[in-house]
Amino acid sequence: MDHSAEQDKKGKSRRGFLVKAAVGVGVLLGTGYLTRPVWRRSIAGMVNTADAPYVGDTKTPPLWFEVTADNEIILRSPKVEMGQGTFTGLAQIAADELEVAIGRIKVVHASTASGNIDGFSTGGSTSISSLWMPLRELAATMREMLKNEAANILGVDVAALSVADGVITASERSLTYGEVVKEVKEWDIPAVPPLKDVSTYRYVGQPIPRVDLKDKVIGAPIFGMDAVLSDMLYGAVVRPTAIGSKYVSADTSRAEGMPGVVKVVKEKDFVGVVATSQMAADNAKKAIDVTWDIPKTWELSDIEAMIQVGQGTPYVIQKEGRAASILAAEEGIITAEYKSPIGAHAQMEPNGAVAHVTADQATVLISTQVVGLTRKEVADRLGFDQEQVNIQPTYLGGGFGRRLHTPHAIQAALMSRAVGKPVKYFFDRKEEFQNDTFRPPTHHVLKAKLGADGLIEAMEHNVSSGDVMFGSPILPGILEPIVGADVGAWRGGMIQYGKIPHYRAVSWRVKLPFATSWWRSLGLLANTFAIESFMDELAIQAGKDPVQFRLDQIQDDPAGRRLQAVITAAATRANWQDGVLPNGRAMGFAASTDANTPVAQVVEVAIVDNEIKVLKVTCAIDPGLAVNPDQVRSQCEGAIIMGMSAGMFEKMIVRNGELQPTIYGPYQMALMRDAPREIDVVLLAGTDAPGAVGEPPLGPIVAAIANAVFRLTGQRLREMPLTLV
Amino acid sequence: MKITFQINGTAQTVETDENTPLLWVIRDLLDLKGTKFGCGKAACGACTIHVNGEAVRSCSYAANLAAGQNITTIEGLAVGDELHPVQQAWLEEIVPQCGYCQPGFMMATAALLEKIPNPTDDDIDANIVNVCRCATYYRMRKAIHRAAAIKSVNQ
Repeated sequence: MDHSAEQDKKGKSRRGFLVKAAVGVGVLLGTGYLTRPVWRRSIAGMVNTADAPYVGDTKTPPLWFEVTADNEIILRSPKVEMGQGTFTGLAQIAADELEVAIGRIKVVHASTASGNIDGFSTGGSTSISSLWMPLRELAATMREMLKNEAANILGVDVAALSVADGVITASERSLTYGEVVKEVKEWDIPAVPPLKDVSTYRYVGQPIPRVDLKDKVIGAPIFGMDAVLSDMLYGAVVRPTAIGSKYVSADTSRAEGMPGVVKVVKEKDFVGVVATSQMAADNAKKAIDVTWDIPKTWELSDIEAMIQVGQGTPYVIQKEGRAASILAAEEGIITAEYKSPIGAHAQMEPNGAVAHVTADQATVLISTQVVGLTRKEVADRLGFDQEQVNIQPTYLGGGFGRRLHTPHAIQAALMSRAVGKPVKYFFDRKEEFQNDTFRPPTHHVLKAKLGADGLIEAMEHNVSSGDVMFGSPILPGILEPIVGADVGAWRGGMIQYGKIPHYRAVSWRVKLPFATSWWRSLGLLANTFAIESFMDELAIQAGKDPVQFRLDQIQDDPAGRRLQAVITAAATRANWQDGVLPNGRAMGFAASTDANTPVAQVVEVAIVDNEIKVLKVTCAIDPGLAVNPDQVRSQCEGAIIMGMSAGMFEKMIVRNGELQPTIYGPYQMALMRDAPREIDVVLLAGTDAPGAVGEPPLGPIVAAIANAVFRLTGQRLREMPLTLV
Repeated sequence: MKITFQINGTAQTVETDENTPLLWVIRDLLDLKGTKFGCGKAACGACTIHVNGEAVRSCSYAANLAAGQNITTIEGLAVGDELHPVQQAWLEEIVPQCGYCQPGFMMATAALLEKIPNPTDDDIDANIVNVCRCATYYRMRKAIHRAAAIKSVNQ
């Protein structure tokens, strides 16, 4: 950052700071840090940059830190922890600038009443990258505030102070941060001090254990499903099984008098029941007969007919040169089609909520990725102001994008209001599978023409997809004409080989009759499967090594050099060899760039009893500065196997109007036996700030496997899940 | 009906409908929240507990079957402050991501190690069949081998 920009930011930050006396526990420090052009940056950030901003919610008291009397520092995270390791990264960043041992930092979820929540969401692999600068500046400022006050108390110049592990010392005398906080009534807020050099950090860059590790190993009650309020009752809601169902009416006479039933709750759009136990609620729910209006009995063939390149509305999302006219030629054009199915989130913790609504206040404890949106939806439905609603997020038993819309908080709130007591309820697993916000199915048409030198002269990717971003209430509909194509659907859909003279990508939008939306990595999974499988086909047609074929067509700019670096690193580390190996295995290769993070993967595959077995995966990733290298590795390992699961096993179908299957097992997913015995992750750092981690490693895996399978069997598998003939 | 059983070393008597899944008795009546609901059909293993040392999926195990049995949940796996070798190994390998399914996996693993103290990879594949959506299987496999090693040293 140049000097003038630094000065500018200081000024803004200074004006925005807020300090409040805490109730008996210490100091709360906050800031209205961000006044950036929010929506457009967020959208761009979700797609192509690692620079997505943290979007503060200006309606909430912007409180970040609380220092307790015994010198513990509570960091109220505006981002939720869903397994991605964000709490650990934030603790590392805060500990380094605050100069405390990391054990003193306790990260908790901010509620809408207690702290900053992210006005946008937790998602898009942006939690660490978006908070990297704000959190460092906040923590550094707080450290300086504490030092200034300590200097006043001790009657010395601030320059005479030293700080170590939350203790401020001047010659013989020492004060803990907690002791300073106890003495101060009014805070003077300094300008943001210069940040420490990253190379001097003790925690950032180190593979320290997750801060939530112990809780998760002992089974601590940290999830939404575990939430309890005193005098709580149990609710259940009847959900539809058929696509397009609209609630009409319900016959609740059988349920009314059943044992344990406290109240049947009928609202304009649903019917629920509140009972004294889970079992009683479940039994009563089964006794309610709901009449649904189901305009059409959908079948999978209906859906497949809609998801076709050429149907719906096309948007040109990338254009360089004259690809369309060159590829309109009648001869010499290579073309191939790919498909991906409907995918379920299948997160392990079902959706649900605990709500307590009184005459003028509502509290909701919930696993959600959209704290602010949930508050708004609950407030709107109850007729409350947003300030009357407190959403307390909990640890999430998996997010993966499923919790980027959690309107079931409304149903919990309405049931609570109906009985005047806290009510907890959650989906059963069948309801999860039939009321998901699915990963949309896709259809891809790839075309290319090879030049005389065996490199690509022109290439085009057409993708047809159900909505991703446009299916989501995170983004107001007014943005549709601004952003044009569905940026979620075409994530990963652009051609990343910039030396190709003529290329073009086109996104075809289709609105499906069931909800489709964010699924970890969005369009990246299917788009990369299609593009990188096709690249392999082209390399084979050109008689070239697929790794070199890619390297030769990447442009020489910063993004291109980072992509080349991960490709070279993965190939070198895996001892890349094209063709069937002496041990009967074959390698497959693919690469992608997502949210500015390039990833390359080499897989080793064997065919055992006519099944595809992935034995080893080598993954080179450049997420920039890895705040916690161990958690970057962990995210890569998980993303690789989740991508394998989606690419090799998972498939929702539509039959007789219903989405199926509705249970694990029939919805086949990767299990222990399917996980590679070896996963080798190579970390590169092509930039000095943290970038995206959680989603990018899902990109290459399916294509890499399909490319290996072709070498072993001669079968080019162009449809997910990959299935041998 | 009243049902009496041992859970984590303590005798408990609960009043419940006999067909209530033991999972709800454990979670809602005894307030032990480490045992998770995942699917309700014994298909995912998030609710795995031990009944007389055997791994059982408690969402599909009627409460009346628990009468007189010796039950262990994740909260009873450690002995005082000392973690069970499986928990210790999970800690050392930094296995969990979201963490929701992990108690079920640890309970399944602890039961496996009582039967097969030093399981091979094939033993692990055949016996650990729970579902983890974060797909932490790679580290779990390492943790299972590590747990076996810790356990053999302790004995």
